[in-house]
Amino acid sequence: MKHTLSVLVENKPGVLARVAELFARRGFNIESLAVGTTEKPDISRMTIVVDVAEHSLEQVRKQLHKLVNVIEIVDLDPEASVAREMVMVKVRADTSNRSEIIEIADIFRGNIVDVSRESITVEVTGNASKLSAFEDLVKPYGIKELVRTGKVALPRGK
Amino acid sequence: MTGAKALVKSLEEEGVEIIFGIPGGVLLPVFDELHHSRIRKVLTRHEQGAAHAADGYARATGRVGVCMATSGPGATNLVTGIANAFMDSVPLVAITGQVATNLIGTDAFQEADTTGITMPIAKHNYLVKDPADIPDVVQEAFYIASTGRPGPVVIDVPVDVSRGELTYHRREHPALRGYKPTYKGHKKQIKLAAQAILRARNPVIYAGGGVITSNAAAELKRLAVDNGIFVTHTLMGKGAFPETHKLSLGMLGMHGTRCANYAMCETDLIIAVGARFDDRITGKLSEFAPKATVVHIDIDPAEIGKNVYAHIPIVGDAKQVLRDLNAAVKEIKAETEKPDRGEWNRLISEWKRKYPLAYDKSGGLKPQFVVEKIYEVTRGEAIICTEVGQNQMWAAQYYPMEKPRRFISSGGLGTMGFGFPAAIGAQLGKPDELVIDIAGDGSFQMTLQEMATAVLEGAPVKVAILNNGYLGMVRQWQQLFYGRTYSCSCLERERDCPDFVALAEAYGAKGLRVREPEEVEPALLEAMEADCPAVIDFRVEPEENVYPMVAPGAPLYDMIGDMLYPVEKIHPEKAEEPFL
Repeated sequence: MKHTLSVLVENKPGVLARVAELFARRGFNIESLAVGTTEKPDISRMTIVVDVAEHSLEQVRKQLHKLVNVIEIVDLDPEASVAREMVMVKVRADTSNRSEIIEIADIFRGNIVDVSRESITVEVTGNASKLSAFEDLVKPYGIKELVRTGKVALPRGK
Repeated sequence: MTGAKALVKSLEEEGVEIIFGIPGGVLLPVFDELHHSRIRKVLTRHEQGAAHAADGYARATGRVGVCMATSGPGATNLVTGIANAFMDSVPLVAITGQVATNLIGTDAFQEADTTGITMPIAKHNYLVKDPADIPDVVQEAFYIASTGRPGPVVIDVPVDVSRGELTYHRREHPALRGYKPTYKGHKKQIKLAAQAILRARNPVIYAGGGVITSNAAAELKRLAVDNGIFVTHTLMGKGAFPETHKLSLGMLGMHGTRCANYAMCETDLIIAVGARFDDRITGKLSEFAPKATVVHIDIDPAEIGKNVYAHIPIVGDAKQVLRDLNAAVKEIKAETEKPDRGEWNRLISEWKRKYPLAYDKSGGLKPQFVVEKIYEVTRGEAIICTEVGQNQMWAAQYYPMEKPRRFISSGGLGTMGFGFPAAIGAQLGKPDELVIDIAGDGSFQMTLQEMATAVLEGAPVKVAILNNGYLGMVRQWQQLFYGRTYSCSCLERERDCPDFVALAEAYGAKGLRVREPEEVEPALLEAMEADCPAVIDFRVEPEENVYPMVAPGAPLYDMIGDMLYPVEKIHPEKAEEPFL
């Protein structure tokens, strides 16, 4: 089962390596991992999506906690948290179909971030299924390149 | 002051009295400062020896062991010792030199990514980039190494950081927001455990190294004696409970006593203290202790529920939790209806009587006999270090321990070559004690270069080589599981390569050889009387095996015989409902 862990870590050199190494060493699979700063400059937040059984999740959490630089771990409940991911898709496009693609992007509240003679790059933000739906719709035009950020998430306000 | 001076000053402030290590290019500023320090420097002959010696020192004294090595090969030579300390939760601070910060990442001469390499085998590590950080980093390192579940911490110091200038300032307390070990156990859980203990019909205490680490032997003894609970211990838990006590079942697991292993199969309550249900303990996990409710006391929450489900988990320091548990048991003892444990006591005494540790005494010089003699001659009061393999198991089986911190052995990592340097460290930490390394001819050859250290540093350790001319445990497994194909396990003893007596003498130590049973005691006495290190080459029966034995992957009740007794299998019935 997939779990989204929100991990607060001290912003120190090597922290990402420690976390990645731990997952590798203990045989836990990382589905996605996103790291960035928080409101406090000395603290970073990692959003890690893991696909593990309940028992292993407990081990993941406990082992992560043993890392000296890890401050807090929250297993985000999908009902009580908000999650977003961003995708940028470079779609094959020329004058004949460019407007169709823009229309699709509009439906998904996407932004056009780059246009050239042969392609158009669209940025879409949302949950994973929305991004996949968008990908499916533009696939027939030809996807030249694609990148996803991995999920970031926060618990909902109380 | 310079970074090097600050490093040495910080070590002095931590109360370090001894450092084991070898200097090298990038560590020269540090060794230059150390030269003027009151800290004792022990120059080993290999960095692995330094790490193991610091480890042995830490286990014998309960203090943090410190070792030092230069960058690159110096640091990589420490790696086995660091991993060993990590697996056995030994407080160790390893300080390594590193190439100058502007050269890091350039594949400079003697550069290795020490923090990268040691990340999975250390509790924590640091690469110091600013001389001003040194005092705080050292303080944090010692704090992390010695608190919670202890372990090794590596401090990697680039040479320009050692040479750089700083104004020495050290925090009052280490500032570690992500590191807060739990010492006090949850009150409600402790009460549940107390109730389970009183209601259990067949309880067993399973004591691990954590009891020794947290100095909880007295509290454990009280729990056992006040409530008449039998105690079995792991290899690391040797000395946690007096083995000659009538409540002791001896060691459990792969080479444990039949009694201890049978007790685990039949018990309805395991009280695990500072132990981690390692595969060498549980045997086949799915058939381990099928009838038992498990109380698991450990300071490391990640150990609880890792291998075996804990019905009553208690995270905390063994000493504190046991103290609270004893109080809780006392409080509710009067009001709890206690089951009759007569049948359990009868069963245990029967197993003890029927299946004592035993070996075939006929034939030549038996390794078990040598260990028994060592026990007799030292009246059980020596600090025993061991190597790894058959020698280790015989030492564990035939040298019962009364007190903690006197049996020093590489449990988790199983590092051959650990015992001898560890014995040197233990001896230097406990100069008034008799320290004996029970060794194998294979293991001893892995770190015997430290004989120079032992002689020159005045560490009169005695090495009792149970010389069977084989990598004995490998040979035993080959005999039992690989159709007696002794592939690469024979050390060709008949060719005297090396001649251990001559070797000891070459180093200025005493060398003795024993071939007959009646020579054992005089040789031991002679070695003990010498004020220098001594090596005794006991030419023991080459194909003697360690029994009893649970084959790897087999359940605990399925033990390969000790040959003398008929093997009678017990079959645990289906698990009963845990009484919660």
